[in-house]
Amino acid sequence: MSGRYETTVGLEIHVELATRSKMFCGCRVAFAGAPNSRVCPVCLGFPGTLPVANEKAVEHTLRIGLALGCDIAEHCLFHRKNYFYPDMPKNYQISQYDSPLCLRGHLDIPSKTGSKSIGITRVHIEEDTGKSQHVGGDGRIASSEYSLEDFNRAGTPLVEIVTEPDIESGEEATTFVTELRALLEALGVSDVRMDEGSLRVDANISVRRAGEIEHGTKVEVKNMNSIRSVGRALAFEEERQRRALDEGSPLVQETRHFDEKSGATSSMRSKEHAFDYRYFPEPDLVPLEPSAHWVADIQKTLPELPPERRQRFVSEYGLTPIDVGVLTASSSTAAWFEDAARAYAGDPKKIVNWIIADLFGLLNVAGIELSACRIAPPQLAALVTMVDAGTISGTQAKVVLAEMFRSGSPPREIVRAKGMEQVSDKGAIEAFIDEAIAENPDVADKVRGGNPGPLGFLVGQVMRKMNGQANPKVVNEILHAKLLS
Amino acid sequence: MSGRASTPSQEAPLQWRTATELARGLEARELSARDITAAIIEQSNAVEPVVRAYLKSTHERALESAVAADERWSRDTTLSSHDGVPLAYKDIFVTRGVATTCGSRILESWIPPYDATVVSRCEGAGLTSLGKLNLDEFAMGSSTENSAFGPSRNPWNTDCVPGGSSGGAAALVAAGGVPWAWGTDTGGSVRQPASLCGIVGVKPTYGRVSRYGLIAFASSLDQAGPMARSVEDAAALLQMAAGHDPMDATSIPREVPDYLEGIDEGISGMRIGIVKEFEGGGTQPGVRSKVEDAYRRLEKLGASLEEISLPSFEHGISAYYLIAPAEASSNLARYDGVRYGYRQADAADIVAMSSRTRAEGFGDEVKRRVMLGTYALSAGYYEAYYGKAQKVRTLIIEDLERAYSSVDLIVSPTSPTTAFKLGERTSNPLEMYLSDIFTVPVNLAGNAAISVPCGLSLDDGLPVGLQLIAPALDEKTMFRAAYAFEKDLGWAGTAESRPPL
Ligand SMILES: [Zn+2]
Repeated sequence: MSGRYETTVGLEIHVELATRSKMFCGCRVAFAGAPNSRVCPVCLGFPGTLPVANEKAVEHTLRIGLALGCDIAEHCLFHRKNYFYPDMPKNYQISQYDSPLCLRGHLDIPSKTGSKSIGITRVHIEEDTGKSQHVGGDGRIASSEYSLEDFNRAGTPLVEIVTEPDIESGEEATTFVTELRALLEALGVSDVRMDEGSLRVDANISVRRAGEIEHGTKVEVKNMNSIRSVGRALAFEEERQRRALDEGSPLVQETRHFDEKSGATSSMRSKEHAFDYRYFPEPDLVPLEPSAHWVADIQKTLPELPPERRQRFVSEYGLTPIDVGVLTASSSTAAWFEDAARAYAGDPKKIVNWIIADLFGLLNVAGIELSACRIAPPQLAALVTMVDAGTISGTQAKVVLAEMFRSGSPPREIVRAKGMEQVSDKGAIEAFIDEAIAENPDVADKVRGGNPGPLGFLVGQVMRKMNGQANPKVVNEILHAKLLS
Repeated sequence: MSGRASTPSQEAPLQWRTATELARGLEARELSARDITAAIIEQSNAVEPVVRAYLKSTHERALESAVAADERWSRDTTLSSHDGVPLAYKDIFVTRGVATTCGSRILESWIPPYDATVVSRCEGAGLTSLGKLNLDEFAMGSSTENSAFGPSRNPWNTDCVPGGSSGGAAALVAAGGVPWAWGTDTGGSVRQPASLCGIVGVKPTYGRVSRYGLIAFASSLDQAGPMARSVEDAAALLQMAAGHDPMDATSIPREVPDYLEGIDEGISGMRIGIVKEFEGGGTQPGVRSKVEDAYRRLEKLGASLEEISLPSFEHGISAYYLIAPAEASSNLARYDGVRYGYRQADAADIVAMSSRTRAEGFGDEVKRRVMLGTYALSAGYYEAYYGKAQKVRTLIIEDLERAYSSVDLIVSPTSPTTAFKLGERTSNPLEMYLSDIFTVPVNLAGNAAISVPCGLSLDDGLPVGLQLIAPALDEKTMFRAAYAFEKDLGWAGTAESRPPL
């Protein structure tokens, strides 16, 4: 089936920058809050006000552009994008048009063949709009009784990242967004929370018969509010468009809305009546001309980026590509792992297993991120070290981990409080073994006669006597020595 | 301040003294701010029924502020040398707590929550505001006839317009209702009314005065400018507000020279250009004769005059009427009834609400320019209109740069005509647009210019203005020449310069 069709996807990604203040005024940038509590005459578009560009936002954009290997413009412009909408205070958006700050980059993402380069067309700066709440009707403006406007978000610095149509499936789009998200997180330029809208993804997708040169009819998909939704929405669209081609029914160029519940897309508006945004250079701002010196300084302070980190995790810790992929999907996870691995003397793979197999399960159930977890990375290292030393068993360690997760207490304290410490002292254990042999002479004789089968029974007797705190390995060794050698 | 000259008219009634003279009286403790303010308010009230300059008076507040200024004078804690001198603002400057309409119904109910930078700087110097003055709606016009609240009148002949768009300010300053005022100049809106009312009007270099809090008409052309009855006052008022403002990215971050220092040094040896392309240009004989007298006077004062050619200037008006409306169409998009100002609340949905708000809130000239500008920026027309107009603008800048390699200043009439009758040009917008033929190229280039009175036309007895155009940021040379001319003419400050109201 898939061999008969080719899918082409290009993404437009909006990222809210985590600056202290808004793009063109001094209002604070934050999520939520009482409506219209972070506004001023400038971001409300009051008569006579003027924008002044936020230098930190420009710096963040340069950081993103450099991390994506873009060419940085020596001279670029802000433009006004003119259209009427009540959530836009000036009824134009200050954006960049034919003269963006960053051009022609790429992001290398993991693929079946190792790595694939996805072209970045441009990265530019703009301002965010406010938020409308349409009350009554179906929640859209047309049917509502009235609308409320919250301008807290208006003027938040946004970066738009546009990819080349190099992505070939919904799955690849998912990988790209995951990778880009990790990169942005590593750069420290954004909260990259899709659920809060600080990372927003729109996709252009078209399907054509294999071998055709012309692209198929392009459909824009909006309202994908999680990385998973990106995959689901694009998979749905791929399938819908393939079926249309199979059936010979026409596809129209349009914008489609993804519905989280049904997993389907539906038509929002046809692109036939394209908007005329009447772009023209923003006369209230001067051209943006980042100095070569500034750009070089930013380049120098770029942190280790996910592709480099992946390579290092393989070479430095000897991890498998799959484990590395999981650990580096977020820089906070990668950093957490490294902090734990550094505190641990043994094989770092053991730390990876504890994180992926056990800790992630606890995080999932609690519905929180690793960064919000109460366990400090060195405490996980301490727990694994106790297992290695035989102080507690692997099974006990899982119980301890759950308690660490709940209370944030160090593992040694929990083990002590629960009386879990294993007795490995041979002298202490030997006394109980002798007692068990004396109480069960028949069983002991059977073993002595060369039948090791009932050995487990004797081990169980010893463990019972010692309330399960004996190190079973040591018990086994002593019984062997006494009865079988 | 060294070299500061004085005009000895201390005997003149308070309302006819210049701000500089009033400041001197305050400094000598011979005058009180309260007496000055009361006298000027009295004159304002006397002329207002005839000139109709005010959109909002703040006389009571001004009197209270004057008392506070007197306190400061008595304690030697004054805010500036002009502490307590009254002024007024064209109603395009945003004033906290005081209604600001921009001459439009759409902002009739708007009380701003902040002050324009010009306003806060003047308040910081202790100047007290008498109120907000009439203008063409959103500064679009040359007569104040486009004000939603009715036109102002020219104090020299009340059947005539005062010019515009800063016509209310020009009329009030000329009529002795305030010593000086702030106007704005996008295509001649300070200089043309100054010329028509017989006062001084300055269009500073673009970026010299902050535009923050100045309601935008055409952002790349708008500039605040002082209007006064003497060159010295105009220079002093500019001095108070000029300089970089972190709230305006287009304001120039360069130090402001002392405009009064050396203002009386004369113009001996100065090279002054006369624009060949401005010859003819529909200039009335009465205006031409006064301006040619002025040229001879400049020569007599030691300047050398030469003809220069600025071929691009003939396209100035065409380029201006594409660029200014284009920017206006975008600047005025925010008046949609959603957040402030007039709202047509009976509309069924958001689209109807916004379109009806704009249909009812804007006047005809504003609508005409918003439509012109929308068209000029539309896909498929952008290059032919807006793009080409920007190229003309570049040519004008290049022509001027070339000219300034051989001359220090350029002179011309400010307006081709004296004040015209109310209603005379309202039916013909193109004729109205030609009022700005000599002033518009200066805005396109961003240079500084001043209009200084040449006396009265022999044809109709109405004032004529001389325009002096300086290179960017060379206001100092411009003031020096205007000052020398004004002093030698000896008209300003005399009884002859006061309109017979
Ligand atoms: Zn703000």
